[in-house]
This record gives sequence, structure tokens and C-alpha cells, in this order.
Amino acid sequence: MTLTELANPTRFLALTARILPWLAGATAILLLIGLYQSVTAPDDYQQGATVEIMFIHVPNAWLSMFVWAVMSVAALGTLVWRHPLADVAAKTAAPIGASFTFLALVTGSLWGRPMWGTYWEWDARLTSVLILFLMYLGLIALWRAVEDPSRAARAAAVLTLVGAINLPIIKFSVDWWNTLHQPASVFRMGGPTLDRAYLIPLMVMALAFSLLFITLHLAAMRNEILRRRVRALQMMQASQRRAA
Amino acid sequence: MSLGRYAPFILTSYGIVAAVVLFLIVWITMDYRRQLQRLRELEASGVSRRSGRSAVDTK
Repeated sequence: MTLTELANPTRFLALTARILPWLAGATAILLLIGLYQSVTAPDDYQQGATVEIMFIHVPNAWLSMFVWAVMSVAALGTLVWRHPLADVAAKTAAPIGASFTFLALVTGSLWGRPMWGTYWEWDARLTSVLILFLMYLGLIALWRAVEDPSRAARAAAVLTLVGAINLPIIKFSVDWWNTLHQPASVFRMGGPTLDRAYLIPLMVMALAFSLLFITLHLAAMRNEILRRRVRALQMMQASQRRAA
Repeated sequence: MSLGRYAPFILTSYGIVAAVVLFLIVWITMDYRRQLQRLRELEASGVSRRSGRSAVDTK
């Protein structure tokens, strides 16, 4: 099935009805495996048991940026290709992305207190992620403020693409500025610096959270298509009443 | 693995993640049911799609 064929919302609904149960099942299994590996991972020689927070903090931090990248592609789909499902994808990804960003901030803060001695520091990494969170909230507010979905879609698409400038700033903030946050230890030149005892559970959890995002996003897109169907029928009902 | 003196930080982290993920799952599931219910009510009131297909048909 191609992207063009998926442009048909009815076909998209049929596809999600088929694959959502499988995706949900795979997500649950991977989460259970990842959680088991996380709680049985050895204590770090410096960080002790707090290393366990890494297995939930890092996947949420990665996804906070990945979801914005997905929304940016969807924004291009809205503005350039005018794909009918592009704004549905962008709109429904925002609350999920905001949740992952919130979790990255909270778990990072709870990890920072015992390791750095503070819950919060206005350094480049933490501040740029906080800005990302605020941008998510701004986008959600914009979608709610504009009633016409196509007008909201164009405004949100422009804002999303402008906001994408923040993604490289977040990624390289630890290299460009002096920060409390540690530099990249997985996706870096020269390979990961993490020991396999931590790297494997981390990758399993990252995969589990990615699958969780895909599952939730497809389900939310399905809901949004149905919501637009409700809106169309309500408008039809109103015009029928006026004509009668 | 013993969580030791870091237990409050670790357990709170996992607890908040579990709560937010659970909230997302429940919110999306409830929203799905709500939209289907609204479509059923609209169909019952005599409004139908131009294609003639049922509005609640997702298969």
C-alpha cells in the first residue's frame, strides 16, 4: 500500500483496524521485556541505582524530538503535497509528543537531583527541551483556537517548521555550550560509550516506546478522522434542517 | 537490585511515566468510543454519508 493509497481516510481506517491489535501486543511485550531488563541491570559504579531512570528518561527524550520531526514531515505534507492525512497526523502527534517531552523533563529532573544536586538548572540542554515542551503546548492551543481544520492546519504547519530549528539546538546543545547534562553516549561518532549491560535494555526500551508512539498515534489519527466525519455529518444535518 | 537511598527518585520516575502512558491509552480509547457513539447517534437521527456507507464502518 502506497502513501497515495493511504490518502483515502476509509482505506487508512481499514488498515489501522487490522494492524492496531498487533502493534499494541508487540508494544506490551517489548515494554515488559525492557522493564525486566531495566530493573535487573547492575548498579552503575558512579550513579548507583539511579541508572535505572536512564531507561525511561532517554527513550522519552529521544521521542520528544522524533515526534516533532514526524510533525515537521507532516507539515511539509500539508503545505507542499497537500496530503489529506498530513494535518491529521500533525494534529494528533502533538499531545503525544508533549507527553513524552513532559516525561523527559520530569524524569531528568528526578535523576538530576541525586546526581547533580539540583532538580533544575537553566543550562542549554534543559532550557531548549523546556522550549520544545512550550512549543508543543502552543501548537495544541493553536489547533484548539482555530475552528476550521484546514486553516488551523496551515498555521500549525508553518509554526511546526519554524520550531524544527530547535531540534539541532537540543541535539548539539551539549557540544556547543558548557552544560550540566552529559554529552551524547549512544548516537555519536565512534559508537556508543555505554556498556552492553545498559545499552541493550536501553535500546529495547527505546524500541518499546517508539512502538508505543506508533500505536497511540495511529489510534489518535483514527479518532481524528472519525471526529471530522462527525463534523461533516453535523454540518449536513444543520443544512438539511435549514432547507426543511 | 536494591534501590537504597535513591528509591524515592526511581520509583517516582517510573510511577509518573506509568501514569502518563496509562492516561494517554485511556484518553485515546475513550475518545474512540465517544466518536463512534456520536456517529451512531447522527445515523440514528437520519443523517447519512454521501457515499451511503455507514459512518461507523472502520473496516
